[in-house]
Amino acid sequence: MGLEALDIHVKYGQKEVLKSIEFKISDGEITTIIGPNGSGKSTMIKVLSRCLNPCKGSVYLDGENLKNIATKKIAEKIAILPQIRNLSSDIIVEELVSHGRYPHLGFKQRLRTEDKEIVEWAMEKTGLIDFKNREVATLSGGERQRAWMAMTLAQRPKILILDEPTTFLDISYQLEVLELIKELNKSLGLTVIMVLHDLNQAARYSDNIYVLDNGSICEWGTPNEILRSDLIKRVFKIQSHIYEDDINQCLYFIPEKRV
Amino acid sequence: MVMIKGRTKKSLILMGFILLFILSFFISIGNGAVKISPLGIVKAVLFQKDSVHYQVVWNVRLPRTIVAALVGVCLSLSGAILQGIMRNPLASPNIIGVSSGGGLMALIILILFPKYYYMVPLGAFTGALMATLFIYGLSWKAGVHPTRLILAGVAVSSLLNAGINGLMTFFPDRVAGVIGFMVGGLSATTWIQVGTILPYALAGMTLVQLLPQKLNILMLGDEVATGLGLNVEKTRFAFIILSSLLAGSAVSVVGLLGFVGLIVPHMTRLFIGSDYKYLFPAAIFLGGAIVMLCDTLSRILFAPMEIPVGIIMSALGAPFFLYLLRKKEAIR
Repeated sequence: MGLEALDIHVKYGQKEVLKSIEFKISDGEITTIIGPNGSGKSTMIKVLSRCLNPCKGSVYLDGENLKNIATKKIAEKIAILPQIRNLSSDIIVEELVSHGRYPHLGFKQRLRTEDKEIVEWAMEKTGLIDFKNREVATLSGGERQRAWMAMTLAQRPKILILDEPTTFLDISYQLEVLELIKELNKSLGLTVIMVLHDLNQAARYSDNIYVLDNGSICEWGTPNEILRSDLIKRVFKIQSHIYEDDINQCLYFIPEKRV
Repeated sequence: MVMIKGRTKKSLILMGFILLFILSFFISIGNGAVKISPLGIVKAVLFQKDSVHYQVVWNVRLPRTIVAALVGVCLSLSGAILQGIMRNPLASPNIIGVSSGGGLMALIILILFPKYYYMVPLGAFTGALMATLFIYGLSWKAGVHPTRLILAGVAVSSLLNAGINGLMTFFPDRVAGVIGFMVGGLSATTWIQVGTILPYALAGMTLVQLLPQKLNILMLGDEVATGLGLNVEKTRFAFIILSSLLAGSAVSVVGLLGFVGLIVPHMTRLFIGSDYKYLFPAAIFLGGAIVMLCDTLSRILFAPMEIPVGIIMSALGAPFFLYLLRKKEAIR
């Protein structure tokens, strides 16, 4: 079960952006997609989160084609945090987070007691309870990212899809967001799919890594299988050295030069 | 101005707008060649059906004031919807071709077939809707991107405006008759116009009360909205048609008064914030009040001459709007 993509092809005009993508994730795992710029990572995330229709192939949620499930029903199980989003300058944290309940509300769109409790819980979980009445626009980058994540949590999804959740954040906020993702994965059994640029972070926080290159998946496996200098050389055109990080129990790499 | 936070404050502002709406209603009916007090208005309508006051109020002022209010409601709702679905502050009924489409159709009738002048409302209405559908169709490419829609709207509008200007160039002797329509005016309004616009205004007002949450979600961005389970394309199409119907019905009755649809939603937003649960009702009352007040001014300012309300709207509305904009920015 989980999310599965079969034979996905995407074209922008004449250009083939994704070629015959096969992708499968199991429940409760963190899967990271890595790859150079323009390799199709964001496109793939868009296909998985039904924001883009592939010209061939389909995505299956628990064995059922996404196309045949009402978009609201999907939203009860999959939450997405895209890169491009829009905020009114006066929206407050609590309001943003409560939008996460949208797929669960009835015709009248009223938040019931249960919904309000879930919104509280989501703000608690992301450490935003003290900010609930603050305008999101006045928060720091990391807090703002946490507010958006709280919104997706309020959806109570089984699967969370994030497109570059650490971009534009400084290293401390990057860690904060990734630690939060890891914690949610552990405590809630949340399945996570995300795009990351930093290979070391991908190696440290993922159960599985998919490597995209030029529109195809060229390799996939556990971080220890993926973080190899020959593969990094082939895909990213960098000469590098791989070391073991005893404290975090993962591999890490140090780039030497471009080849 | 105090920073707006909390529901109580928003409710208070909304109450203020409702009061302003009621006040404007009585000011509009009470002023003109004959001045009538609010009490006199109520008395005349209810008890003195054979008095001069009754004639003035019932046959002249009441229909005109009601049309003014409804036009304001329709245009400001239309603009509020469009600014939301396109997430663009410059979006207005003009962008989806309501003015150019409605205007061209009305001018074709007024200039080429003046005998059928009574077809102008219907023609303007269909013209507006057709222009909207045309623009929507042109900007469709595996979904409609707001920016593409706006650009297509600008292009189509300028094409249709070329048609309008062409007509006016070829028939200079008939231009005088269409000026009133081009600027937008409320003179010679009767109960017939009330009947034309009322169904759309009522339908629009009811629908937007049911749908504010959808617009709030759409404001977060297409992909976020999809993730939350909103069918983005379907919702956007429905809203575009709704706003075209609203603005088209207003244009068909008073002519090209598009300015209301751009400025009033902004003013409302500056006062009450961008949550559509409050923005919609606030836009209804503020839009109605502003058009009623401007129409009153257009009648009494240079009495006995009457100037088209569109001129007053722009001459007063634009500076006031700029003032609000500056003042708000100083706080942030």
